[in-house]
Amino acid sequence: MSQTVPVTAKDANRTGGPMWAIGAMAVLFALAPMVVYPVFLMKALCFALFACAFNLLIGFGGLLSFGHAMFLGTAGYVCAHAAKEWGWPPEAAILLGTAASTALGVITGLVAIRRQGIYFAMITLALAQMVYFFYLQTPFTHGEDGIQAVPRGTLLGILDLRSTLAMYYVVLAIFLAAFLLIYRTIHSPFGQVLKAIRENEPRAISLGYDVDRYKLLAFVLSAALAGLAGATKAIVFQLASLTDVYWTMSGEVVLMTLLGGMGTIFGPVVGAFVIVSLETYLAPFGQWVTVITGLIFVVCVLAFRRGIVGEIGAWWDRARR
Amino acid sequence: MTLFGVPTQALFGQLLIGLINGAFYAMLSLGLAVIFGLLNINNFAHGAQYMMGAFCAYFLLQLAGLGYWWALLLAPLVVGATGILIERTMLARLYKLDHLYGLLLTFGLALIIQGVFTNYYGSAGLPYQIPSELGGAFNLGFMFLPKYRAWVILASLIVCLATWFVIERTKLGSYLRAATENPALVQAFGVNVPRMVTLTYGFGVALAGLAGVLAAPIYTVNPQMGANMIIVVFAVVVIGGMGSILGAVLTGFGLGVIEGLTKVFYPEASNTVIFVIMVIVLILRPAGLFGRER
Repeated sequence: MSQTVPVTAKDANRTGGPMWAIGAMAVLFALAPMVVYPVFLMKALCFALFACAFNLLIGFGGLLSFGHAMFLGTAGYVCAHAAKEWGWPPEAAILLGTAASTALGVITGLVAIRRQGIYFAMITLALAQMVYFFYLQTPFTHGEDGIQAVPRGTLLGILDLRSTLAMYYVVLAIFLAAFLLIYRTIHSPFGQVLKAIRENEPRAISLGYDVDRYKLLAFVLSAALAGLAGATKAIVFQLASLTDVYWTMSGEVVLMTLLGGMGTIFGPVVGAFVIVSLETYLAPFGQWVTVITGLIFVVCVLAFRRGIVGEIGAWWDRARR
Repeated sequence: MTLFGVPTQALFGQLLIGLINGAFYAMLSLGLAVIFGLLNINNFAHGAQYMMGAFCAYFLLQLAGLGYWWALLLAPLVVGATGILIERTMLARLYKLDHLYGLLLTFGLALIIQGVFTNYYGSAGLPYQIPSELGGAFNLGFMFLPKYRAWVILASLIVCLATWFVIERTKLGSYLRAATENPALVQAFGVNVPRMVTLTYGFGVALAGLAGVLAAPIYTVNPQMGANMIIVVFAVVVIGGMGSILGAVLTGFGLGVIEGLTKVFYPEASNTVIFVIMVIVLILRPAGLFGRER
């Protein structure tokens, strides 16, 4: 098994990132609505969570999923349906959406982990396309229209989420909780075994680890967190649509993670913010956004494989030496 | 006249469409398999290169007045040449890295190519005429077989068999197979492996371009034509396994026919049937029908 991500042992230790950096990030985001448009921040945070979930799989498990949109979209549809058609409160709808993508993660994970490397990528892509066609045809998603005008509701019956700022802090709380969960996972014994599998799978097998079980667990966890991002996004934007299940969305999360830095803990957050800003500013240019997205892919792969955070980390290491 | 409760006309019509789709699946998965075998790169840009082939035919006609038969010869060469350029300038830097980077790079290239064409030509298709020699249809008694469709199936079979012959039965093919097994050793025997790798990529891409020209008169020439195709072809490749060339061809045609039949008997599932088969194959035979675990 060759190494998936250009992280040296030293990098891998640093990926932990000290707790103070996470605290600083929390403070920064808590103050951010004073200067930045909160709706933009919410979008970026949802995608940041999505990318972190994806990064858990590729960066720490060495598994490249090219179908993560299916979890984002499934959770979005289920959550939006529960909130709109059944009148569920937002917290219950988000939990149900997350549960749905977790279940989908178990099923697709069991199939996908039967192959490795690029086959894994192709299988997840194909499975996601199957899920896409399912949502395209099934009536509850309303096809091209999507589920629109999803009510935000009141959180736990107290907090009215129609207020943008209240919604923002809920999104931030969800993001930070998930981020800490990922951080803990990476530094748990489970995370260490995952890293061992990524570095040398046959060796991990020979040491007696049930590799498939670890991979499946990582896949399901990643699916669940991607689902959490999708469900939250559906409540925030009051919309669940086909865009979130299409393969371009799966590519986008790969790009965010690659650009920010695969296998770094803050990389996906940085990548998500950069890509969401790019898309916001370049929106008037239509299809050129696709071209630019493609260019970033090419440049990252050819010259910038560590990503923004990875490069900064490497530069910091050199400077200290 | 009906068969299994379905009018034979519809049944054979869908079977024919299935065979046509199968012809394209076969040619595209063959190109992917050849590229993957030697370069260990999963060419995500294959769908975009197929689309380029169709556009190339369109440009040749519009700008140079060169018709279908010229396009059939020139478009694969042009598309193959762009492939060689991509291999030399970009892919060649990735061979020492994990295979996933090849996938990511070609994915980026696919986005660029598709984005540029969509920008200039929108999502509406451009028409391309069936060449006059192949207009009309054969009357088979039970159905009409358009000549062009028969030609596509025949051409695809010829191309696939020729590729199989070159790789499995000629000296050049034996070098190729040897380099797939152990490139360092083959290089030590004095074979120029890097050049062979470049030409192989060019050849695989040219096959995609050729498929694009064949497709141009059937489907309209459209910037998006390769995007959804490539995902189905990936599933075809997973089902067939990349180990065997004939396996790729058989799987391609077989799945096309199954997809066509699904359209007759259970149209709702026609988009997903290939993916469902992929799941079943992965459960029963993870290496693919004709594959070996590598």
